Amino acid sequence: MDFLIPNQLNYPILSTLIFLPLAGAFVLFLIRDEKAAKIWSLFISLVVFALSLPLYFYFDPSTYKYQFAENSPWIPVFNINYTLGIDGISLFLVLLSTLLIPICILASWKYIEKRVKEFLFCLLLMETACVGVFSALDFVLFYIFWEAMLVPMYLLIAVWGGPEKVYASFKFFLYTMAGSVFLMVAMIALYLTAGTFSIPQLMTHTYSFNFQFWIFLAFGIAFAIKVPMAPFHTWLPAAHVEAPTAGSVLLASVLLKMGTYGFVRFCLPITPQASIYFAPYVLFMSIISIIYGGYVALGQTDMKRLIAYSSVAHMGFVTLGIFLFNKQGLEGAVIQMINHGITTGALFLCVGIIYERSHSRLIKDNSGISKIMPVYIGFFGFFCLSSMAFPGTNSFVGELLVLIGAFTDNRLIGALSIPGVVLAAAYMLRLLQKIAWEGKGDSHLSDMNLREIVYLAPLAMFVLWIGFAPAPFLDVMHATVNHLVEQVQAANAVALVR
Amino acid sequence: MDYALFLPEIYLLLTALVFFCQSLWKSSARLNQVIALILSGIGVIITFYSINLTGELFYKAYLIDLFSQTFKCLISLGLFLIIIIGQKIKSIEDQYQPEFFMFLNLCSLGLMLMISSVELLTLFIAMELSSYSLYILIPIRKEINVGKMEAAIKYILFGAAATGIMLFGMSYIFGITQSTYLADILKKMPELLGQPVAVIGLLFILCGFFFKLAVVPFHFWTPDVYEGAANITVSFIATMPKLAAVALLLRLVSLAGAGAADLIQVLVLLAAVSMTFGNLAALVQKDLKRLLAYSSIAHAGYVMLGALTMNTIGFAAAVYHITGYLLMNLACFLVLCSVSREGENVMVSDLSGLHRRSPLLALTLAVGAFALAGIPPTAGFTGKFFLFTAALSQGHLTLVIIAAVNTAVSIFYYLNIVRFAYGKDPDGLPEVTLSFSNRLLNYGLITAIILMGALPTLFIDLAKTACETIIS
Repeated sequence: MDFLIPNQLNYPILSTLIFLPLAGAFVLFLIRDEKAAKIWSLFISLVVFALSLPLYFYFDPSTYKYQFAENSPWIPVFNINYTLGIDGISLFLVLLSTLLIPICILASWKYIEKRVKEFLFCLLLMETACVGVFSALDFVLFYIFWEAMLVPMYLLIAVWGGPEKVYASFKFFLYTMAGSVFLMVAMIALYLTAGTFSIPQLMTHTYSFNFQFWIFLAFGIAFAIKVPMAPFHTWLPAAHVEAPTAGSVLLASVLLKMGTYGFVRFCLPITPQASIYFAPYVLFMSIISIIYGGYVALGQTDMKRLIAYSSVAHMGFVTLGIFLFNKQGLEGAVIQMINHGITTGALFLCVGIIYERSHSRLIKDNSGISKIMPVYIGFFGFFCLSSMAFPGTNSFVGELLVLIGAFTDNRLIGALSIPGVVLAAAYMLRLLQKIAWEGKGDSHLSDMNLREIVYLAPLAMFVLWIGFAPAPFLDVMHATVNHLVEQVQAANAVALVR
Repeated sequence: MDYALFLPEIYLLLTALVFFCQSLWKSSARLNQVIALILSGIGVIITFYSINLTGELFYKAYLIDLFSQTFKCLISLGLFLIIIIGQKIKSIEDQYQPEFFMFLNLCSLGLMLMISSVELLTLFIAMELSSYSLYILIPIRKEINVGKMEAAIKYILFGAAATGIMLFGMSYIFGITQSTYLADILKKMPELLGQPVAVIGLLFILCGFFFKLAVVPFHFWTPDVYEGAANITVSFIATMPKLAAVALLLRLVSLAGAGAADLIQVLVLLAAVSMTFGNLAALVQKDLKRLLAYSSIAHAGYVMLGALTMNTIGFAAAVYHITGYLLMNLACFLVLCSVSREGENVMVSDLSGLHRRSPLLALTLAVGAFALAGIPPTAGFTGKFFLFTAALSQGHLTLVIIAAVNTAVSIFYYLNIVRFAYGKDPDGLPEVTLSFSNRLLNYGLITAIILMGALPTLFIDLAKTACETIIS
């Protein structure tokens, strides 16, 4: 297959990234000591992260083709192959997943007290599923990882979650699963039309508009629930609030990306005409998400809930960027996916840190701690600024690109999304102001320890790095994004000719 | 006559006789269980040994091919697993256990005979052998509740009615084809399919298997029998007769060939109604066995998706799915039998906090329930995926969408089971201790369900080759 550039490294890098955490997870059963289990899983996740770095260094930014590809038959009766490969879009999502798992393990070091081994088991399983989703190039393989990820995430919320964990985990599972069953039907329908499950081959096949229409709808529901776009977002605040810190981080940073990744990987290239047809509706929903998410975030009293709603708004920017179908919009969307993963993940970690000390997530219980926990406020304030897209931070680059794309496309869309930016500043500053300076804080709280600084520092570094020098990140995705834009425009041209 | 061809059946008959002798004098329950375990273990080896045999017996009324031998292997394997679950039977008094094992073996024998029968009367007698054994098995239970007689009577009445309809259908088919041999019927069928009597005759024959498979409208016995019979008996009823029923369903549906549009219409309707009814009714169940009963009705609907495609891939998918169903259902029943202390019925709420009372059982239950719900990478997902693909390739779009919606609905109650096991606190419910063999079975089933789902090639290829022999 000429879409795939075979893996040039001397070991199957993507398979290693997928199955090493799984193997590490099973070794956990042999370890009796909980401390040893923690060290072991931290070690494994760090090894996986180290092994994932060659993906960036050996990545060839000049081509849109899928690199580090592996391909072998899996279920020949249905022409299903075990195909892996990454391009400029999935590269960073894979790296983000491998970066966040060790951070999540560090963040749960003290927080998780019961069933530690099972918790680590679930985290490592999540890593397998996340890397799998972003590197799978066979639809069935993708679907299996996409669904399999639900189970460990469900358990993370249901077993280690807060007081309303049962309700939240249930809702999370039902919502996402309900969306996915239609994805499965669409997948089978595509196979029967094009005769293959290979995603790159599915992209080259042309489908009738009517067919694309229904496929897009099936895709769209599954992905919109995952993103989540208003009005499919109601599972998100519940799940975020009840999940343990590591669960919230993974949910925000990786799981939500699967939805937007799905739009980029499937909707745009496979059903381009339907994407263009539905674009106004998706853009409308994106703007609603941006404004509604921001507006609701403004009124929250629970820190986690506030950040959860801010996620809805931020993800609105991502879907907005995707459905503009121009280069700036798409690049902004992809970089914004990374940004949201870093910033929102970091904010959830911050909430986790304060929750471990005060055992409350409410803003009023944690206010006025700037003098008591200066280091903490330093980090927290920094990530708040990043979240509201302050110039010099990562989100600024992403949102700016998306807004440029929006104004290039249509001034009305650009103008409508501006209030979202203002709202972001309002709710984030309100949060920061109350936490840092309002009232007199509880003086028993201790400031951040070294472990907590260690796991927040790399995220802070990326905030600044992407904020000031986004080129290394944008350069590798140019070729892929250009190709994607061409794919959509070619289909549009065909439609116009007809 | 080549006795090697008939060896698995002869062996089961001998096993049944051993237990008949055991029932004549007082014997310890433990001894009987160990004998059952060893004998059924040897039975598995014998059956697997005969998987590649082919031949005909009894004046061509009895066909031994890959298709029948595959199913026989599954039946002997299932029987072995059920006997492992039954190593500590709590729901049946010690003195009746020899009889219990005898009828269990006789019923399996009947099912095996059914699978190989290619002549209507042979088929009928084999089916009666298995049914009569079940009629006796159902009321064998400790006097815990009064539902067991209701269950037995219901099963007999519905069974008798279904058998009657089946015989009636056979008379029609015999009347128009002048033969009771499936091979002859197959030859004459294509020209006769235009006549309503052929379609109705075939459908009536299928009714007998719809009854075993619990397809709507032959499902009424299911929840009551599941509730009333002993836990260990239900794990048998829930799996084994379904295997045989699917085998026969495929064999008989293939008689009609692809031309039978009317027949397919009816099957589509039955499939849609079964899965919808089963899933909706399961949503409100509190008794775990009743819940599994309705889930079995829904799964019967899914399996029909494969049968109504009338092609090899669809049939292979149905075989694959029913095999996966055997494993995941046994996983659930293993948990159910272990959690039940005195052999009483298990409510869903009795599973509360199972992950603290017995982490292994909770994991088995989660894998079983997620597999039944069709979540990858389990056999349940792969089976459903194959079935959907096969059905959609024949253009049954509406049916597949109904099935997909049903899958989404079913998540609710399967997840509810897991929710009780993982999300709730034990609330003073006691810990569950597991014997060594029970632990081993737990690990075995979890591994099997996941491996079969992740690496289906070996089995689906076998199923495909097997199904090629019945589709001409």
